[in-house]
Amino acid sequence: MAYPQMVMYDEEFKQINFVIEKLLREANAKVIFLVDKNGQLISGVGETDRFDTTSLASLTAGNIAATGGLAKLIGEKEFSILFHEGEKDNLHISIVGGRVILVVIFDNRSSLGLVRLRVKKASEELTGIFDRLVRKAEEKERSGVPEFPFAEITDDDIDNLFS
Amino acid sequence: MSFINYASREINCKIVYYGPGLCGKTTNLQYVYQKTAPEAKGKMISLATETERTLFFDFLPLALGEIRGFKTRFHLYTVPGQVFYDASRKLILKGVDGVVFVADSQEERMDANIESLENLRFNLKEQGYDLDRLPYVVQYNKRDLPGVLPVEELRQELNPTGVPDFEACAATGEGVFETLKAVAKLILIDLKKGR
Ligand SMILES: Nc1nc2c(ncn2[C@@H]2O[C@H](COP(=O)(O)OP(=O)(O)OP(=O)(O)O)[C@@H](O)[C@H]2O)c(=O)[nH]1
Ligand SMILES: [Mg+2]
Repeated sequence: MAYPQMVMYDEEFKQINFVIEKLLREANAKVIFLVDKNGQLISGVGETDRFDTTSLASLTAGNIAATGGLAKLIGEKEFSILFHEGEKDNLHISIVGGRVILVVIFDNRSSLGLVRLRVKKASEELTGIFDRLVRKAEEKERSGVPEFPFAEITDDDIDNLFS
Repeated sequence: MSFINYASREINCKIVYYGPGLCGKTTNLQYVYQKTAPEAKGKMISLATETERTLFFDFLPLALGEIRGFKTRFHLYTVPGQVFYDASRKLILKGVDGVVFVADSQEERMDANIESLENLRFNLKEQGYDLDRLPYVVQYNKRDLPGVLPVEELRQELNPTGVPDFEACAATGEGVFETLKAVAKLILIDLKKGR
């Protein structure tokens, strides 16, 4: 396989949520999502019920992938921040640690300046957590801990999914 | 690249439908969407042109159930089949866990099938994947049309390695779930091996 599996453990999940919840408060945002570059939702805080989070994750990743392609075409490495201004809500999208996508939705109770400032700080913390997560996953793989939940999966298990 | 979340006990896998323009990739997803219970699916997103050709991708999230206490989700994507959308196709392939190649069974589309399959192999390789080592199935679509090529002939050209293959009529749904199930199964078996 070209890429290792992405994994998430309880400990880091809690740390991540702590950081984005703090960001939500400090940036006066409505909702915040973390998405992996393949479009899978990692976590979300705030008014998540009001949004179709799965679609949002997929489109965000598509958006980042497309602008990343554009960046390459003009000789840039990546556009690490995207900002979309709406009539009511605004979308601030940034890449954290080169690896995951942070999406902040905010309205006029906040401002772009504030969001930028707080995102920068939160990004540093998140980068640290994701670095640890990757190291942890690698270590677990090296030590060969057979904790993988699917190791004992049977054909019946798989068939049952589709029944 | 599947994503295993031990915290929320979820596993996410990405399946990409590849194939030449108008072969029926979007139709496959539409059928799956129609026939899946509301609680097991999310919204289907189609980024398409005004003439309903896929422009960037279609996306359909499925949450089929649990295996060993893990919610198992499949994210289905289609690529735009038209030749000039190659840059978009490459982006969609990122992080893929399994591929369905949808072939158009009509004789006049054989060259397009072959070209698309070569393009798939090439684009995967560019990102460090080897099609022969990836969960991968082939679907011969549009079997309902008159005068289509015999399956044997299609198989020889498009499936020389003998991966699981299926005849289908995506328009009526025939063969659609068989195809999806087969690739999902290969992905889960791959996960089981722990790579
Ligand atoms: N007769 C017949 N028509 C089909 C079948 N599957 C799809 N079609 C038709 O073929 C046309 C193209 O189907 P799409 O699903 O949009 O094709 P696509 O592969 O997504 O095409 P692109 O988005 O351009 O790559 C539509 O008019 C479908 O109704 C089939 O099994 N039989
Ligand atoms: Mg399409």
